[in-house]
This record gives sequence, structure tokens and C-alpha cells, in this order.
Amino acid sequence: MKLFGYELPGMSSLILWGLLWELVGHLELTFFLPPLSAIFQTLMEIGTTKVFIKALSDTGYAFIVGTVSAIVIGIPVGILMGKNRFIDELLLPWVNMFLSAPLTALVPVLMVLFGFGLKAIIITTALFAIWIIVLNARAGVLQINRSLVEMAHSFGASPKDAFFKIYFWAALPEILGGVRIGFIRAVKGVIIGQLLISIVGFGALFELYSANFLMKHFWAVLLVLFALAFLIAEFLAYLERRVAYYAARRSV
Amino acid sequence: MSAKSQNTDNAVSVRNVYKNYGDVQALHDLSLDFPRGQLTSLLGPSGCGKTTLLKIIAGLLPASSGEILVNGQPVSGPGPDRAFVFQDFALLPWATVLRNVAFGLELRGVVKSEREAIAEKYIADVGLKGFEHSYPHELSGGMRQRVGLARALSVDAQVLLMDEPFSAVDEQTRRKFQEDLLGLVKNENKTFLFVTHSIEEAVYVSDQIAILLPRPSRVSEIIRPSGFRHKDTDSIRRDSEYLDIVDKIWSSLRTYVE
Amino acid sequence: MAGKVIVMRHRSFLLKCLSALLVFGSWEIAGRVPVSFAFPTFLESMLALWVLIIEGTLFVAYAETLKPLVLGVFISGVLGIGIGLWVGLSKKFDWLVSPIFVVMQTAPLAALIPLLVMAYGIGLTSKVFVVCIMAMPVIVLNTGGAVRNTPISIKEMGHAFLGSRSDIVLKIILPAASPIIFAGLRLGVSAGFIGAILSELKITPTGVGDIITYSRSIADYPTMYAAILSIILLAVVFLNLLERMEKTLFGGLNKGYVTD
Repeated sequence: MKLFGYELPGMSSLILWGLLWELVGHLELTFFLPPLSAIFQTLMEIGTTKVFIKALSDTGYAFIVGTVSAIVIGIPVGILMGKNRFIDELLLPWVNMFLSAPLTALVPVLMVLFGFGLKAIIITTALFAIWIIVLNARAGVLQINRSLVEMAHSFGASPKDAFFKIYFWAALPEILGGVRIGFIRAVKGVIIGQLLISIVGFGALFELYSANFLMKHFWAVLLVLFALAFLIAEFLAYLERRVAYYAARRSV
Repeated sequence: MSAKSQNTDNAVSVRNVYKNYGDVQALHDLSLDFPRGQLTSLLGPSGCGKTTLLKIIAGLLPASSGEILVNGQPVSGPGPDRAFVFQDFALLPWATVLRNVAFGLELRGVVKSEREAIAEKYIADVGLKGFEHSYPHELSGGMRQRVGLARALSVDAQVLLMDEPFSAVDEQTRRKFQEDLLGLVKNENKTFLFVTHSIEEAVYVSDQIAILLPRPSRVSEIIRPSGFRHKDTDSIRRDSEYLDIVDKIWSSLRTYVE
Repeated sequence: MAGKVIVMRHRSFLLKCLSALLVFGSWEIAGRVPVSFAFPTFLESMLALWVLIIEGTLFVAYAETLKPLVLGVFISGVLGIGIGLWVGLSKKFDWLVSPIFVVMQTAPLAALIPLLVMAYGIGLTSKVFVVCIMAMPVIVLNTGGAVRNTPISIKEMGHAFLGSRSDIVLKIILPAASPIIFAGLRLGVSAGFIGAILSELKITPTGVGDIITYSRSIADYPTMYAAILSIILLAVVFLNLLERMEKTLFGGLNKGYVTD
């Protein structure tokens, strides 16, 4: 979209919406939308409090442990499924099922089995992320060009060499794509987990603020979460683009 | 034959047409006449603006300046007097052949029973009888283009604009199409504007060939093959005038091949 | 020899049975060990499920639970496709509105639930809202993308044959975009499911959420697991059905857009 002949950048309308928010807030049109500036101010205030930092670190910890577990378990399983038809036929229906299942429904089970703490949240996060990681790793292996395999054989590559020097890189863009979507799902998982378990991390903060109708605090925390989620997603997209330059021409 | 090419009026006239894309000048002061009832080819290497010119005549692109006259009247948009045949067929993949052929009439508000009757006639004319209820993905490339052709014929426009219509089909089908086109020009009372980059094709089918050169795009010459127009389709390709013209065009164009 | 042939022919089916056996078997064993006092065996859960079905409690519960889901998906669908269409057709509107939906896609919208509860209370309205905010972004973005990416060739064709603006939108752009729109709807339903369950567990439990929370509170774990299993099965079956529908409706129709 052009304004006075200049091409406006992609997400710039958000600035407009932000201004609108500020206006709505100042006009006090609704109790639930305080001015954006006031929210940022509150954010500065609570951003350094112990409670907030603990919530942030708890969430971060759960997120990292959850996603790393999902990656460490998911990628090898996916690769195995891609290479071995028997295991693939055994596991694929389940992976597909859990991919489309509303995993949120499993959280009560996790709460019951693993208590109301960080452990359950970590497992929730891992569960949200793992299925797409498995599927994409599998897809990455399956689409490895036959000629690359034949080439490796013809040049007498050892299995280890073949894997690390060829197959890994050939499958990597696909795997990274899965990791990116897995991360996004993990963010959803870590939030949903905290919302439902709501005794730790941001879930607890949300409970506290909503119970006391502290709107500015509530929005401050919300915006931090949104921003984090967005940043992570963008960072991963950037990584994927770096690797993807060869993705479209892998068979050349 | 010669009477036909002399005092006929022009169905389409292009007058001093310029087309710019920013700094790039796609067409530079182009003027050209297209005699009624004949087939005129626009021939030239890539980037010479022939498709651009055709689309401007069709009203799909605006000219930066200059005018297009159809039947003496200036035009600026698509009209019922012109019909277009697309290089990539532009068929609706979810519609049957019958609906696709009738689509031009559908957009003009013709009643279903009437437009289907017309469509059926032209489907048979292009040789696709029996395929009325097939879908595009069930047809070969050549058959799909015939659907596109039938659609353009159904709306009964006086001017038929064809944008490299045979370039997306295989060589054998293409030769057949060229032969069929000769018959079409003879039987239908329409003016044909034909864009191609194939020299043989242009010389084979045309009453008049306009050679366009790029950078800047202009008409460099107009050739009117006359000697072999009356010959039957098989002998044209061995006629010496045909071969001479092809060679002549090639030697003048080869310097422009990228 | 004959045995081997039979195995080969029904290989896929047999493997699926083996797979199910392995999973359900481990479940059963884990329940018997027991892995946790709160982990019933497979058979216990199946029995509880059976009871729920026979007594009709399951169906009554789903009638309640599905209300916000159906309503929410319907509203999201109508609004979402409408907005998506506008986004695809108008660059200005796209610039203005798309970023919001892109943010909604990446942001963990579930965090907004407490806010919605504060604003709209704990009734059907906030539940429908939750389903809508989960489902709409993907529908809008899919529709917008599909409309925007309609092949120029057939739009040009419509213009060349004197189609009016509404003709081109209704007869060319929308049908061309329908496979992706449908996929967007399917993803919207999937997100809507999550929204429905979240609202049950977080706002007020009625319907299936009620079964889950109540049975948990009285430590009736087989019933709790049974209810959760039923949700997962329902969602998976329904979404797979949608996917199959998508394949049959649109499977063959996107070939032949351009030259071979």
C-alpha cells in the first residue's frame, strides 16, 4: 500500500491500531482497555519485580526444557520413521492423530499425573511441540533425492559420513520448518498449560490480576507474552530462510 | 485473392501507441492496420512487445498514449467485438467443457439453454464432440486449447485475438492446429490477430505478417505472402515462396535473438 | 506360504491392529503396575466410556459442549471468509487488517481468556468468543491469501469476456480459492475445538468439561480418562472426515490451471 508514493512496510498498520488503542484508552471508552502508554508504564514497573521475573524465568525454563525434549526425542523418531517402513506404519497413525487432536484436553490428565507444578507444564509444552517435529523430520528424510543416496553409495561413503555430510543437510530445511512450527505450538502449550494449572508462572499472575481487576498489569503481562511469542516465531523464520536458500534446489 | 487484400477496410487500427512501464518503454509509437477478414500475425523475438500490443488491443491493458480503433471507433476496454484466446488456456478447472465454452456467453447474461446450444455447436466445430461433460484436467493440452478457441468463437466477436495459442502444445498437435486455423480463417467471417514467435507458423497461417523488433518495440516491416495462399495445406510447407520468406525473416531477426 | 500371502495382502490393516494393540496393551500394563494411583487401566477406562454412552450422559454433555463450538465456528466462518475476501481484493484493507490476524496467529490467544471472562462473564457469550478468536485468524489469512493469489490468467479471461466485477468475484475468484478456503475452515474447526475445550476447563464446566472436573474431584479416574478420550476421538474423527471431504470435493479440480 502506498502513501504519498512511498511503499508502506508490511506490519505498519499496527502503529495505527496502537494509536487507536491509546485514544480509546484515554477516552476511557471501556474499562478493559487502558491507554497503551499506561500499560507500558506499568510494564516498566512490574518488569523488575521479583514475582514477574520469577514468572518469566519459570515460563522460559518450562519452554526451553519442553522444546528441547521435543526436539531431542522427536527428530530421531521422525528420522527413524522416515527410514524404516515398519516403524513408520506402526507409529504414523498415532502421530497423525495427536497432531490434529485438541491436546488441551490432555492437560487435566497431566495435572493429575504430574501434579500442579512446573513438571506438568514442561510435559504439556513438549507434547504440543513434538508431533509436528516428528512429522517434518520424517518428511525431510522421505524427500531426500534418490540420486543423492545413489551418489553417496557410488563414492563409497561410510554410513556415518553419508548421514552427517549429505542426508542431514538434505533433510535440514524440512526439519527446521518442523522445529519452527513446533516452537510456535510450544508457546501455545506453555501458555495453555499455565492457564489451566494457574498456580505457577504467568498463569498465576493472570489469576491474580484478573481477580483484582488490575487491567494495566494484566495487559502488560499479556503484551510481554505476545511479544515474546512473536519474536521467537520471527527469529525461527529468519533461521529457516537462511537454510532455505538451498531448499528449493536440493536436487540440483 | 488479391482483391481481398486490396481495398478492404481495417477492422482494427493501432495509431501511435506508446506503452511505458515506469522507465521501460515497452511500445514506441506503434502504428499498424489489421485488414478485415484476414489473419495478421505479430511476429518477433521475446521482449518485442507483441503480447503487450495484443492485450492493449483487447482492452486488457491500457496504452500510455495513442489510440486503438475497432471498426473505426476508439476503444479503451474489452468489448463484445473482440474475443481473446489465451496462451495458457485460462479455463475454469472446476467447470465442464460445456460450461467453459459457454462462459463468455454466461458473463453476457445469455440464458442457459441458449448459451449451451451455441456452445455445443462450437464444441463440435473444434472437434471435441462427446467431451462436453469432461473437465479440463481430463483433457490433453491440445484439447484444452480447443476449448479456449471454442469459447472465443461462441461469443461471435468480429475480431479474434490469439496470444501464442499453440505454443503450449506439442509439435504434432501444433501443426494440426495450424492447418485447422487456415480452414477457420477461410470459413469464418472474422478478423484474426495472431501473436507468435515461430517464423514458420507465421508464414504458414498469415495473410499479413507484421514483424516487431524490440528495444524500442516497433514495426520493422510488413510482409504479405500471396503466392501460396490458395494451395492446399500439405503443399504450403514445400512451396518455394514460403521457404524464401521464412529464410528472409530469419536472417533479419537472428541478430535480435538473445 | 498361503499364510505369508494373506499377511502381505492385509499388511496395512494388520500393522494398524498391531500398533493399536501395542499402545493399548502398554496402557493396560501401565495401569496395572500402576504408574500412578491416578492412572487407570485401558480396560477400566473403556468400561467407564461404555457406561457414559449407555447412560446417555455423554450425549447430553456433548450437546452442551458443542453449542459454543458450532456457533463460534459458524460465526468465524461467515465473518472470516467475508473479511478474508475483502483482504484479498483490496490492498488497502489488506495493509490495515492483515497484521492483526498475523499477530493473532502467532500470539498465544488462550491468554486472552481471563480477559474475556472479565468482560463477558461466564456464559455462552464468552465461550463463543473464545472459539471465534481461536478460529478466525487462520480462516481470514487462508481466504485472503487464496483470493490474492488467484491466477491472473483466469481473472484476465473474465475481464476479456466482459464479466462484471461481481461476476469475476463470484464465478472465478471464489471458486478458484475454495480449496484453500476449505482448508482454512478445517484448521479453524481444529482451533475452535481447542477453544471450546479451554472454555470448558477454564470458564465454566458444562457438558464434557463438567464430567472431567467432577470425576477428577471424586477421584473417578476411569471416567475422567474416558471423557478426555472421547473428546480426542471426536475431534480426530471429525477433522479426518473434513479432510476426506476436502480431498473428494477439490482433489481433481486444481490440475490444469496452466499448461502441462
